[in-house]
Amino acid sequence: MQDFGQAIVLALHLVLAGNADLMEIVGLSLKVSLTAVFASCLIGLPLGAVLAISSFRGRGIVLVLLNALMGLPPVVVGLIVYLFLSNAGPLGWLRLLYSPAAMIIAQAVLITPIIAALSRQVIEELHDEYAEQFRSLCVSLPSAVAALIWDGRYSLVTVALAGFGRAVAEVGAVMIVGGNIDHLTRVMTTAIALETSKGDLALALGLGMVLMVMALVINAAVMALRLTAARFAYA
Amino acid sequence: MLDAAAVLDFGKVTDRSSSLLPLEIEALCYQVGERRLIDRLDLRVDAGPVTVVMGANGAGKSLLLRLMHGILTSSSGRITWGGRELDQDVRRRQALVFQRPVLLRRSVAANIDFVLRQRGTGSRERRQQLLACAGLAHLAKQAARALSGGEQQRLALVRALAIEPAVLLLDEPTANLDPAATAAIEQIVRDVHRSGTKIIFVTHDLGQARRLADEVVFLHRGQVVEQTPAERFFDQPRSSQARDYLAGRIVI
Repeated sequence: MQDFGQAIVLALHLVLAGNADLMEIVGLSLKVSLTAVFASCLIGLPLGAVLAISSFRGRGIVLVLLNALMGLPPVVVGLIVYLFLSNAGPLGWLRLLYSPAAMIIAQAVLITPIIAALSRQVIEELHDEYAEQFRSLCVSLPSAVAALIWDGRYSLVTVALAGFGRAVAEVGAVMIVGGNIDHLTRVMTTAIALETSKGDLALALGLGMVLMVMALVINAAVMALRLTAARFAYA
Repeated sequence: MLDAAAVLDFGKVTDRSSSLLPLEIEALCYQVGERRLIDRLDLRVDAGPVTVVMGANGAGKSLLLRLMHGILTSSSGRITWGGRELDQDVRRRQALVFQRPVLLRRSVAANIDFVLRQRGTGSRERRQQLLACAGLAHLAKQAARALSGGEQQRLALVRALAIEPAVLLLDEPTANLDPAATAAIEQIVRDVHRSGTKIIFVTHDLGQARRLADEVVFLHRGQVVEQTPAERFFDQPRSSQARDYLAGRIVI
């Protein structure tokens, strides 16, 4: 077990020197989580918008379920995706288990409910304002969905960010379906878990620092974007 | 500002509203819980004159306009436009301008483009014409929500014209505007009327009603208490409710 202070110095050194292993892990993390967020937005935003503007029997139940799914435990998602992708599973023929693709699928499953539920709230608020005008113009459902997503884009960026935050920080799902294989499926969270248990605190700490700085930078960027949007009266 | 009549004419039939009119309303009711806000209302509105709907707050003016337009569904009764039920096709030929303009969170030009695209009639020239008609051509790239109140309502009005409506419904469009902005809106409305579009204008502003109305429909407690040509209405209203309203007495 290294001395704590020594570990921090080593970690800083790794980060600032751009250690190759560390960069590879960070790169894969970003690739997996950003792709997952993108896929989730493709599904979650229209789903949230449709739920926001439609009324049907049982809508309340659907909303409760969706909100409940926001709290899906990553390990459970990992397990379910594992069952689907394992050789014996229905999607076993895709041979995706223990690949970045499997990790993307697992994270997308994890955060699609988050994107859908949060965007539903954002879009419902916007729709309350637009509803009469849209009805007056006889705007079709697909046009209304597209218009609401576009007009809510600055608020929806925050929704996507919440999804990204959840995806990049979770460890359970990617560990199960990715397997934490060095140079193949090792991402920041699984590496931190592994290195900590191995006692290599420097790499774990270095990755932890990167993870936190990233969270900080992305949040600041989104806040700046929203402020600019508000200044130009688009939000 | 470009003349709205010229923008709307566009080489088309002069009296575009004729096929949608007359508007006939029979025994219309709109009920919320136990309260009947529109109560067995009968009304016939013909092509031609500017019809101004007046009445005190809560008389049912805005509700009636929304029911006519089909964005609210009546509890009972019948509404027909030129003998046709209020279907999608009829509704697409009417436009409604709201008291508070609902502008998309986009640029001025994009607000017009959105409506033009909805009808598949979008073109740059058309948009520029409409903006010129509102005196907003120089603000095309600005965010619509950064406009002043008067500019916002002018934009909402020409955006409604983008669908080339046969009937233009206006729900107190100048209630929040100053006299100059109000005059600008009224001028566009007059131009639109001249182009052959039927105008149904809700207001509780007496001065505005005098300036615009050819005929006045006076509502009281969800019923039409009189429908009178404007020249007679302001001097010799037939109903006691309208007399009281015009005299500034509280109508109960």
